Amino acid sequence: MGQSLIGIVIVTHSQKLAEGVKELAEQMVRGKVPIACAGGVSDVIGTDATLIKRAIDEVYSEDGVLILVDFGSAVLSSRVAITLIEPEKRDKILIADAPLVEGTFVAAVEASIDKSLLEVKKAAEDSKNLKKV
Amino acid sequence: MPTDEITVNLLLKIMNNSLEVMKANEKYLTHLDAEIGDADHGINMVRGFSLVKNRLSSLTNPNIGTILNTVGMSLLESVGGAAGPLYGMFYIKGSEPTRGKTEINKKDLAALLEAGLKGIQTIGGGAVPGEKTMVDALDPAVKAVKESINNDGITFMMALEKATEAAKEGMKKTIPLIAKKGRASYLGERSIGHQDPGATSSYLLLQTMLDTLNGKIGLEVTKFGTDGSIIEEMYI
Repeated sequence: MGQSLIGIVIVTHSQKLAEGVKELAEQMVRGKVPIACAGGVSDVIGTDATLIKRAIDEVYSEDGVLILVDFGSAVLSSRVAITLIEPEKRDKILIADAPLVEGTFVAAVEASIDKSLLEVKKAAEDSKNLKKV
Repeated sequence: MPTDEITVNLLLKIMNNSLEVMKANEKYLTHLDAEIGDADHGINMVRGFSLVKNRLSSLTNPNIGTILNTVGMSLLESVGGAAGPLYGMFYIKGSEPTRGKTEINKKDLAALLEAGLKGIQTIGGGAVPGEKTMVDALDPAVKAVKESINNDGITFMMALEKATEAAKEGMKKTIPLIAKKGRASYLGERSIGHQDPGATSSYLLLQTMLDTLNGKIGLEVTKFGTDGSIIEEMYI
């Protein structure tokens, strides 16, 4: 089994938030997993499907891309972004129904140990059950 | 003046007028969005249509499809809330049946509005009328135009009037509804009694199209007070 190249895209309403989450995930995988940010809309709070599409293009490979979102319109914008991608790639781009920080963290770790896209997505989504306190 | 179709120049005029209408109603849309949302719909639509105007002014050899696509992409890039991807998708999908065309007739209008509505429903969790969203205004508008296609007794302008009237009625019908989608859905019963901002801006965009085609001198802009009453009709 070759090295997985699953890419992760972090979609948030805030550019700073996306970069911060990426920073945390990078600490665990140190460049092994392609991670791209798509936060904010031209310096204001919001989400931008064209920015998300660029991020997907940046990290896309045949192994697929997992999108992590904060809430609400991040999901809508991600769905629009996927419609802007070439049709043959769309099936390999999934949005995780996962908490942003924990989900990204877990997804990055699982991707770094060569899990499949569906396994990475499930692990990210299961992170909502992790006990914190 | 009455017309049978929307030309490229008229469509550009409609889009520029849309900015003026959003500016005139910014406070009203913000007020509606403050009641059941995050109070940024007004400013979002102004920002969005400002970028639309900007991008359209530098569009070379425009046709109906490229204009609508440019409108959609501009809104995606500048409107932060849910209205960005929703309206963005609406115009982008609406551009598909009009690719390469130089005018929009009755049939084209039905096709583009329907494609736009379906686009919204695809990404927005399949919203249907009754959920207190822009679909409450757009769905009846689409139905009204579609009904007119095979009826030669209904002219293009009549079809657009019916669609605009249907959108207006749909917008008003959102007042007693409980929100089922979006941030307003978190309010549950507290969303009752407030008109949906997305349905309102959808109606305003259709009204702008109608007013522009009626060749009103300058542009008559309807300004709504915070209680929904018309407080000013002004010419620009």
